[in-house]
Amino acid sequence: MTTAPAVRAMAGRGARRARSGRPGRARSRHYLYLVPGFVLYAVFTLTPLAQTIQYSFYDWDGITEATWAGFDNYVAVVTDPVSRSTFGHSIMFIFFYTVLPTVIGLLIVAVMNRVRIRFLTVFRTVLFLPQILATVVIAVAWRWIFAQDGPINATLELLGLGALSRAWLGDFTTALPAVGLIGTWIMYGLCMVLFIGGVQKIPVELYEAARIDGAGPIREFFSVTLPGLRGEISIALVLTVTNALRNFDIVWNTTSGGPGTSTLVPSYLIYEGAFVTREVGFAAAASVVLTALILVITGAITRLLRVGADR
Amino acid sequence: MKGSIRESIAGHAFLIVGAVIALYPFLSIMAQALSPAPASAARGVTLENFASAWTRGGFSTSLFSSALVALAVVIATGFVATLAGYALSVLKVRWRGLIMAVLLVGLVLPSEARIIPLYDMMSSLGLLNTYWALILPQIASSFSLATFWMANYFGALPASLAEASSLDGANSWQTLRHVFAPLGMSALATLSCLVFLYTWNEFMLALVLMPDDATVQTAPLSLSFFAGNERNTEPEVIAAAAVLVALPVVIAYAFLQRRFMSGLLEGAVKE
Repeated sequence: MTTAPAVRAMAGRGARRARSGRPGRARSRHYLYLVPGFVLYAVFTLTPLAQTIQYSFYDWDGITEATWAGFDNYVAVVTDPVSRSTFGHSIMFIFFYTVLPTVIGLLIVAVMNRVRIRFLTVFRTVLFLPQILATVVIAVAWRWIFAQDGPINATLELLGLGALSRAWLGDFTTALPAVGLIGTWIMYGLCMVLFIGGVQKIPVELYEAARIDGAGPIREFFSVTLPGLRGEISIALVLTVTNALRNFDIVWNTTSGGPGTSTLVPSYLIYEGAFVTREVGFAAAASVVLTALILVITGAITRLLRVGADR
Repeated sequence: MKGSIRESIAGHAFLIVGAVIALYPFLSIMAQALSPAPASAARGVTLENFASAWTRGGFSTSLFSSALVALAVVIATGFVATLAGYALSVLKVRWRGLIMAVLLVGLVLPSEARIIPLYDMMSSLGLLNTYWALILPQIASSFSLATFWMANYFGALPASLAEASSLDGANSWQTLRHVFAPLGMSALATLSCLVFLYTWNEFMLALVLMPDDATVQTAPLSLSFFAGNERNTEPEVIAAAAVLVALPVVIAYAFLQRRFMSGLLEGAVKE
C-alpha cells in the first residue's frame, strides 16, 4: 500500500531537481514539516519501545536497582506454566476472533455472490456497529447476556433446558469460549462487509466463464470467489488476529482472567507483572514476545496472500 | 432464475440474522437501561437509571474528559500528519523510504509494547493522572496511520498542482496552505473520524496512565470502575451508564457512517 506513492514520487524527482534553482537549502528546510510529528513519535513511541526491550533484559521491581538478567525473563515467559497457558488461550482466541468470523463472512458470499443485495447500506451500517462501540460497553452488554439471570439462561429455561443454565463467564469450562464468542461477535460483521464488498469487484466474466465450463456452485466458490477475495481475506486475517492477540479490554471487563487463570491472556499478564506484582523485567519480556508474535503472524499472512496473488 | 430467487431469499435471511445479532447486545442494554430497577417505584419506561448513573458515576466529568482528550488528539494528529504527509508525498524529502519504514513500526505496534516505559516517563514528569498523559502518547500512536493516510491522499493528486503553484512564486508553505490543505479536507475529515473513534474507545492507556484521579478519567475507564464496583447491584443503572458512554459515538456514527466505515476499512488496508 505504501510503496505505490513512493514509486510515483521517485518518478517525478529527477525533473524537479533539475529545474529548481537552489535545491540544497530549500530541500533541507522541507524536513521542518516532519519535525513536530516525529518529535512526538520519537518520544512517546520509539523511545518507550526501545526501553521495553531494554527492561526485558533486567531483573527489576520498578523501584530498587535493576540487575542484568540476560535472557532469564524470556526463558521464564516460555517455560512458566501460567505464562504458557496465556499464549495457549491466545490461540483459542484466534479461533474465535479470526477463524469463525472469516468462515461466517465467507458463508454469506458463498450463498449470495450473484445476488443483488437490497438495503445493502442498512446492513453494512448495522453489521459494523460492533466495530465502533467501546470495548468496555461491549463487555458490560455481554456480561448481562451471559449472566445467571440473563437472556441466554432465560431462553434455555424456556426450552426446558434449564439444567444447562449457568453463569457462563464464571464457569471453568465455559468462560474461555464465552469470552471468545464476544470476539466472534465483534468481528463477524466486519468480515461480512469486507467480503461482500470484495465479491462485487470480481469481474462477472470470471463467473460466466466458470459456468460455461460447467462449474457448480461449490467449484465456482473455490475457483472464482475465494481467489478473488484474497486481498480482503488478508485484511480480515491481519485485523482479527491482531485483535485476538491483543485482547485485554474484554478480558479485563468480563472475567479479569478468571475463574482461576482460565481466561488469562498475555496482555493481562503484562499489566499485572508491570503494575501489580512489579516483575517489570518479566512483563517487558512478555510484551516483546507478544509484539514479535503479532509482527511475525501478520507479516506472514500478508506475505503469503500477496505471493499467492502474483501467481 | 428460480435458483437465483432462492439464493436471494437465503442470502437476505442470513443477512437479517446477522444484523439482528449485531444489534441485539446494544438494544438489550438499551432496554435494560430504560426499565425500572427493582427498588424503583417507576412503571414502564423510565429515565431515572440514566439520572442515577449520571450523578453516581460522575459521567458528566468523564464524558467531558473523553471529549477533551479526543478533540485534542484529533486536532493535533491531523495537524502534524498533514505537515508530515505533505513533506513525504509532495515535497519528496530525501530518505523518504527510511522515514516511512520507521513510521511503519508505529502502525503495527500494540500498546503493550510501550506501556511500561510510558508509565515511568509520565510518573517522572509528574504527568500521571493528567490529560497530557493520555493526549501525548495517543498523538504518537495515531501519527503513523495518519501520516500514511495524508501522504497517500496528497500523492494521488496531480503533480502539476505543486508545479503550477511554485511557478506562481508560492513557497512550499503557501502551496500547502492554499492548495493542498483545502484539497485534503475530505481525507482529513475521514481520518478525524477514525482517530476520534480510537481515542474515545482507548482503554489500556487510560487505565495505566490515569489510574487514581476520577476528575480526569475518560468515560470508558469510569464505566469500567463503575460497573466493577456495583457488579451485583442494579444492572439497570450499569446498563444506563454503558449507554451514556456509547451514545456520543453511536450518534456520530449515525450521522457520519459513510466516513466511519470507509475510514475503518481503508485504515485496515493500510495496516
